[in-house]
Amino acid sequence: MKPTTFRASCAAALLAAGFAGGAAAQEPVYARNLASACFTCHGTDGRSVGGVPPALAGRNKAELLEIMKGFKSGTRPATLMHQQAKGYSDQQLEAIAGYFAGAKAGPAAAAPAARVNF
Amino acid sequence: MRFSRREFVKWMAASTGVAAVAGCAGMGGPSAGRVVVIGGGFGGATASRYVKLWAPDIDVTMVERGDVFVSCPISNLVLGGNTQIGNITMGYDGLSSRGVNVVRDEAVAVDAGARQVRLASGKTLPYDRLIVSPGIDFMYDSIPGLKSVDAQNRVLHAWKAGPQTVALRKQLEAMRDGGVFVFHVPMSPYRCPPGPYERVCQVADYFKKAKPKSKIIVLDTNPDIVSKKGLFLAAWNGMYKGMIDYRPNSELQDVDVKGMAVKLTFDSVKGDVLNVVPPHGAGTIARQAGLITANQRWCGIDWLTCESVAVKGVHVLGDATLSAPGMPKSASMANQHGKICAAAVIALLKGEAVHSEPAIMNTCYSFVDGRSAMHVTSIHQFDKGKKTLVPVKGAGGVSKASSEIEGAYAWGWARNIWGDALG
Repeated sequence: MKPTTFRASCAAALLAAGFAGGAAAQEPVYARNLASACFTCHGTDGRSVGGVPPALAGRNKAELLEIMKGFKSGTRPATLMHQQAKGYSDQQLEAIAGYFAGAKAGPAAAAPAARVNF
Repeated sequence: MRFSRREFVKWMAASTGVAAVAGCAGMGGPSAGRVVVIGGGFGGATASRYVKLWAPDIDVTMVERGDVFVSCPISNLVLGGNTQIGNITMGYDGLSSRGVNVVRDEAVAVDAGARQVRLASGKTLPYDRLIVSPGIDFMYDSIPGLKSVDAQNRVLHAWKAGPQTVALRKQLEAMRDGGVFVFHVPMSPYRCPPGPYERVCQVADYFKKAKPKSKIIVLDTNPDIVSKKGLFLAAWNGMYKGMIDYRPNSELQDVDVKGMAVKLTFDSVKGDVLNVVPPHGAGTIARQAGLITANQRWCGIDWLTCESVAVKGVHVLGDATLSAPGMPKSASMANQHGKICAAAVIALLKGEAVHSEPAIMNTCYSFVDGRSAMHVTSIHQFDKGKKTLVPVKGAGGVSKASSEIEGAYAWGWARNIWGDALG
């Protein structure tokens, strides 16, 4: 394969993975950065290891936004999400919901077990 | 690695999208820059992984002195006998397979002028941007009785997960029923605000099951329980009633290793097992690199980029930072610093605008026994006037009570943050 063809493939892969390339506008990067705060508990790009806390990748945007707004207003019960949703503006919640809706659902990347002991 | 088009497509389909993107590094155009990361803890591993995930054309080299990653979160459960060290020990091969060059070595000097890092092996690593995530080192100088390595091996901190966690568990196992566990907590800010009180619960859980006549004395330098006070007191006054003697304002003067006693200003407290967490500051390499700017302990940074306020081109993450207001020193925060930093480093190397409104979250769970946990959470948004991250008022909080549901979430949290840093 010629390098140019390969780079085109890479660009396609970048788009498929939902990542912004060099020509990306600020907005997708902004949404990605905001959503990345959620990855700590929900897994990278919302692909959760073991499914708890739940996976968010590829879920419907309107549904995710409604759930988060429910947490924020207190109409939806939670152990912790009601406290976190209150920390974000509606615009931020929308950007986060949009990011996860655009992320590809799939197997999570778990940390590898150690091959050696310390 | 060479692929035919068909092989590439097949491989891409078989991998996650992320893995396929990582595979592009080094195969397409020239490198967009060289990033060196010192330290493979929660901050350094996350930053390494995210620079590579979000910008595969940047070369990332991570220097880590350990063979394996041992998680501080969940490590108290090893002391309680509620999990095994193997369950919190992970490898770095996930990062390697994503294209991060993981170098097992120790960074001994940073030359910010020449933009290079010198390693213990004598090698040097040139960088365009350096990320320093050194964790903490203990200030043993303030405790004369613990200056020798032999003394440090007898009175453990177990505040870095690993061999000391296992050794402290063995000391607890060897202790007689009716013995006293004396635990000293340093003045805040220290690594993991709820960690000491979770440790007390875990040791109490073990004693209750295996050595019910035993007692715990907590010598806390702080004037009160630092985190989740009501929730910890509910456990101490409930399921562990009569087992825990909590003594605030207990400033450590010294440790008598031979006499097995912790010396306070007006008192000396004897125990069968002593566990002293010494005061600590940013890891040694931060000091060498001139990154320490506050109280001779912590590294001041610009929270938009995590770049040091003292040394240009060098970013600092995690527990080593001078915390923003209301921000704990936690794995959760280090993981989130890693992403702010990765995004900023990529933008800076590519001449793009740095995201000017970062928002991050802290989430920490503490186990009161083998199954039930409770959380503390806070949201930190960038305040342009104050030029720092500040906790959002009215948001965040703690659990109403510990529960097994949150125990399951706590393990889910752990598996996801481990995957987010190392997967």
